[in-house]
Amino acid sequence: MEAEVLINDKGIESESEPGSPLAAFASTVIALDHVHKIYKMGDVEIHALRGVSLQIDKGEFVAIMGASGSGKSTMMNIVGCLDRPSKGRYFLEGQDVSGLSKDDRADIRNRKIGFVFQGFNLLARTSALENVELPMLYLGVKHADRIRRAKEALELVGLGQRLNNMPNQLSGGQQQRVAIARALVNDPSIILADEPTGNLDSRTSIEVMDVFQYLNREQGITIALVTHEPDIAQYATRVVVFKDGKVRRDYAVENRRSARVELENLPANVDDEEEEDEL
Amino acid sequence: MNLWVTFKVALSALGRNKMRAALTMLGIIIGVGAVIAMVGVGQGASASIQQQIASLGNNMLYVWSGSQNQGGMRGGSGTAATFVPEDVDAIERECTAVKEASPAVQAGGQLVFGNQNWSPSGRIVGTNEKFPSIRAWPIASGEFFSDADVKTAARVCVLGKTVVDNLFEGADPVGQTIRVRNLPFRVLGVLSSKGQSSFGQDQDDTVIVPYTTEMKKLLSITHIQYAMVSAISPGATFLAQEQITDLLRQRHKLSANQDNDFTIRNLTDVADAANQSSSIMTNLLASIAGVALMVGGIGIMNIMLVSVTERTREIGIRMAIGARSRVIRRQFLIESITLSLVGGIIGVILGVAASIVIANTLKWPTLISPISIIVSVVFSGLVGVIFGYYPAVRAAALDPIDALRYE
Repeated sequence: MEAEVLINDKGIESESEPGSPLAAFASTVIALDHVHKIYKMGDVEIHALRGVSLQIDKGEFVAIMGASGSGKSTMMNIVGCLDRPSKGRYFLEGQDVSGLSKDDRADIRNRKIGFVFQGFNLLARTSALENVELPMLYLGVKHADRIRRAKEALELVGLGQRLNNMPNQLSGGQQQRVAIARALVNDPSIILADEPTGNLDSRTSIEVMDVFQYLNREQGITIALVTHEPDIAQYATRVVVFKDGKVRRDYAVENRRSARVELENLPANVDDEEEEDEL
Repeated sequence: MNLWVTFKVALSALGRNKMRAALTMLGIIIGVGAVIAMVGVGQGASASIQQQIASLGNNMLYVWSGSQNQGGMRGGSGTAATFVPEDVDAIERECTAVKEASPAVQAGGQLVFGNQNWSPSGRIVGTNEKFPSIRAWPIASGEFFSDADVKTAARVCVLGKTVVDNLFEGADPVGQTIRVRNLPFRVLGVLSSKGQSSFGQDQDDTVIVPYTTEMKKLLSITHIQYAMVSAISPGATFLAQEQITDLLRQRHKLSANQDNDFTIRNLTDVADAANQSSSIMTNLLASIAGVALMVGGIGIMNIMLVSVTERTREIGIRMAIGARSRVIRRQFLIESITLSLVGGIIGVILGVAASIVIANTLKWPTLISPISIIVSVVFSGLVGVIFGYYPAVRAAALDPIDALRYE
């Protein structure tokens, strides 16, 4: 049924093939059903989303693109359960979360969603390990388990040697990897990354994309990544383009880029201390 | 998420900005320190006033025989002949609020020793052996006369310091014999110096003899002029007064329409007035210090509000990764309570230290009561709750999307 919605929605150049509707439903992580978002600014109503229907399946790596004001950020806020749709429904792993209370949404964010932001958003003067522990604190995980899982997550992103470093002792790429570790430590249904490479130089961007591709490929983690850079979108498996509050295009990526291969072909950075932490 | 974890989160959040935490606490530290020191000074003053009052006697009452007012003959207090030593025995025996009582008579007269003579302004006072205890007036040397001396109307006496100075000129009077109104009396002891009374009278210019001796051998009377009574506690003086009134009216067979033939003077009135003035002083000091504490609390609120604004992003991050609003509220509340409680405890330590310094350098008596310590610590905790609540609510009410976007 969700798949049909996708196909029936006019204006979508549906180039992806979700396979049989039943199978797709079983492995669907995100399903938006005619979602609208209307902001009231005084007397003026702003239609940020005008009936978005979108489905993301387990194991997908989706790049969300669009100009600013296209509605992609609003869509990500709704998918991240930071906001609620004004109209329409949102299913997260089959559960209708569009009408949940503030507290319930906090719990959903804690258990099922991992956020990675453009500005890293780590707690200052707090070690990498403690930053990664934070989501587990709010989940109520025991101290010993917290430490163990935080270490594992940091090792997974290649920061096993940087556990006790403060954010200001880490490079931008390392900080973003701490943020990724924090996002995946509660084993979420999906990682939402909002312009994760926006503050990084091109080489570090490739390194961060390498982490995402690794997690997606080896761990089967579902990722939705907002970007306005077409280059970065090429690392994903699928691209969804927003315009004027609607999905304009939705296509599978051809000639997908591999961050791993590109890194191997780049000249080694002589004074790059990150080499030792490489995956 | 349990409270302990929130507590640790709050502590580590405070630990990230130690300088600010310390400065925020400073207001509370000064406030609580001032409360402790000021109340200490006030209570010390109050205690020393009470000590002075107590030196007047132990919760004392004077029962004066009434004025003679019969058949046109009128005289002052102590002239009526209705008050007898048996009344005083009865007062001591039957009034439950009375601890001790002594019959008392007094008369003027000359003392002679060798070629010196002296007429004490405090007169020749006759009492029983309980005088030192009732008046809280210990003996400095020798001893006070005994129960037996009273019973046998022995010619013995105890001298006040001024009398000794004037009659003996430095010689030891104990064991000597002086003439009191021309009768020889053996000196048993000397009273400790009590100085001036609150009315400016020299209390040491007196000689104490057994009341029986004075009644029979000096004055030849069978009634007493007054009685000294001590109540069992400061609060019991009014009860004692009532009980004595009832008893004496009954013993003197006074009908309901007759006036008392005695007057009771209660030294507690004086003590109350003094206590009241010292407690006004304590309250004044405490309220000034309380204002300081209040200012400290507002300081905490101010910093916490700034902190909420400054940490908007942190709050956004915490909310995005799953902290419920109430967890955020609790964290900020615990932060402010921790600041104010720790500040309060440091303040107590400083306040105690300050009052010790005041006691030693200014020679002011200070008294630190455990109650003022407990009250200040509890109050500083409350300051944390009250002034931390609004900032905490502000933090919890933030929208995570706006908070994350906040620059």
